[in-house]
Amino acid sequence: MKYMLIMRATDAAKEAYEEMDFNEVITKMGQYNEQLVKAGVLLAGEGLSDDVDTTGFVVDFSSTPPAVTDGPYGETHELFNGFWILQVNSKEEAAEWASRCPLGPGSKLEVRRVTDESDFADFADNEYLQKQAEWRAAAENA
Amino acid sequence: MNKIPARVDAVWRIESARIVATLAKVTGDVGLAEDLAQEALVQALQQWPRDGVPDNPGAWLTAVAKRRAIDQWRRGERRDDRYRAIAATLETASEDVWEPIDDDVLRLVFTACHPVLSREAQVALTLRIVAGLSTEEIARMYFVPVATVQQRIVRAKKTIAEARVPFETPDPSEWKARLDGVLSVVYLVFTEGYAATSGSEWMRADLANEALRLGRMVAGLLPREPEVHGLVALMELQAARFGARTHSDGTPIPLVEQDRTRWNRAQITRGRAALARVDALGRGRGPYALQAAIAECHAVAPSADQTDWARVVLLYEALGRLAPNPVVELNRAAAVAMATGPATALQIVDRLAEQGALRGSHLLPSVRGELLARLGRTDEAASELRAAAALAGNEREREFLLAKAARL
Repeated sequence: MKYMLIMRATDAAKEAYEEMDFNEVITKMGQYNEQLVKAGVLLAGEGLSDDVDTTGFVVDFSSTPPAVTDGPYGETHELFNGFWILQVNSKEEAAEWASRCPLGPGSKLEVRRVTDESDFADFADNEYLQKQAEWRAAAENA
Repeated sequence: MNKIPARVDAVWRIESARIVATLAKVTGDVGLAEDLAQEALVQALQQWPRDGVPDNPGAWLTAVAKRRAIDQWRRGERRDDRYRAIAATLETASEDVWEPIDDDVLRLVFTACHPVLSREAQVALTLRIVAGLSTEEIARMYFVPVATVQQRIVRAKKTIAEARVPFETPDPSEWKARLDGVLSVVYLVFTEGYAATSGSEWMRADLANEALRLGRMVAGLLPREPEVHGLVALMELQAARFGARTHSDGTPIPLVEQDRTRWNRAQITRGRAALARVDALGRGRGPYALQAAIAECHAVAPSADQTDWARVVLLYEALGRLAPNPVVELNRAAAVAMATGPATALQIVDRLAEQGALRGSHLLPSVRGELLARLGRTDEAASELRAAAALAGNEREREFLLAKAARL
């Protein structure tokens, strides 16, 4: 099974990081990533730029057409700033890896299971496959 | 969430290779190292619910295992020199800092796959001490009783001890053959998961995932070995097709008929990246990398018709030169059928049949049946497909071949 570790930082964490030696921060994170690679569990992972004011924005689907706004970043609650996808055998193994992540106070990891084929097994015969057939038909007619 | 046995399993899963490797380095004996680690695990199950899980559970387990060895030696329960070795190293070690070394983990990998062991024993030991699976998990994945797996592991450890297999990486003169052995074990776990040879399950994704994890681990330990990356690439690219390989009732779907929108793009990307690492090393492509390159041809083609079949044929030719094998030749025939038509392909298959290759396997008659069908020789095709069905070891495959014969 696959789990996603979703990194969230609060303003407090951001401030704490500004106090720290950035070189040390990346070294520690690099060592953590190396452990994941060597254990063979790392499938993917990316960091997101915290430069949200200039490069980040939000598409809100409450209206039609969707509204593009600068987002709720003014008062950062919990900023999504990176993720890992791990191949593990259990929820506990995901928890074990997550708790080893070199993050400090104010930072959180939300851990979620990534869905796979088995989550859609009940629908394989109807909705899911039918929709795929429709998409394909639409693409062919386009 | 905080069930201790599950957490102990998770810790073992993550740390076992490094714990057993560290202990084996000290004792020179993998079997003993595994026994000591197991004793430490038992103690963890008793102590952690009461005292909480230590900050560094791997270091805790290693230290406990060493201490138990020393206690047993001091009390005179063990007169063995290997126990004295542990006692000596622990007494000279200033502080109990646990710094597992990649080289020791690599020694562990080579020992678990040592040629004195049968393939079956190599697989069981590798899954147990390198992949860190519990005996129960291995038994579940292979549909065998837990006692069978336990017995395999006990015997494997005994064989290693009796043969006095040193805890070392192989000499340069043996390196290639021994590395091939390790890669074979990993690929065997994968193929057992990918196309189960027996039973009604066509695929067992958990075994295939285990193999992928082992492959990535070995790649992390031996980043300069092209074939390790070649194997990872091959497994990623083949596993990318998992979701599209069967109908919901479990019957297999041939590659050319698969719904390619269901192939796992992230996995294809990882496979291609691993293949690019092979090429970046500049030492050419070995058999795994060539097979991965063939899988890549399929992975990047939008449909069967738009596949670069001429390239697939060339890659099979290269593979056949490196590792001559009737299955490769049969696959080349299937690719030739797509590239230039069934008539040329049938000649290749007939030549194989004349040589008596693959006798007793369903593979040759199933390909031959397919080619005859495409040539419009329906009666011969149906009889070949029925012959193939009679030889198929997998129930799903048998049903599939019979259905194909019936449709002609």
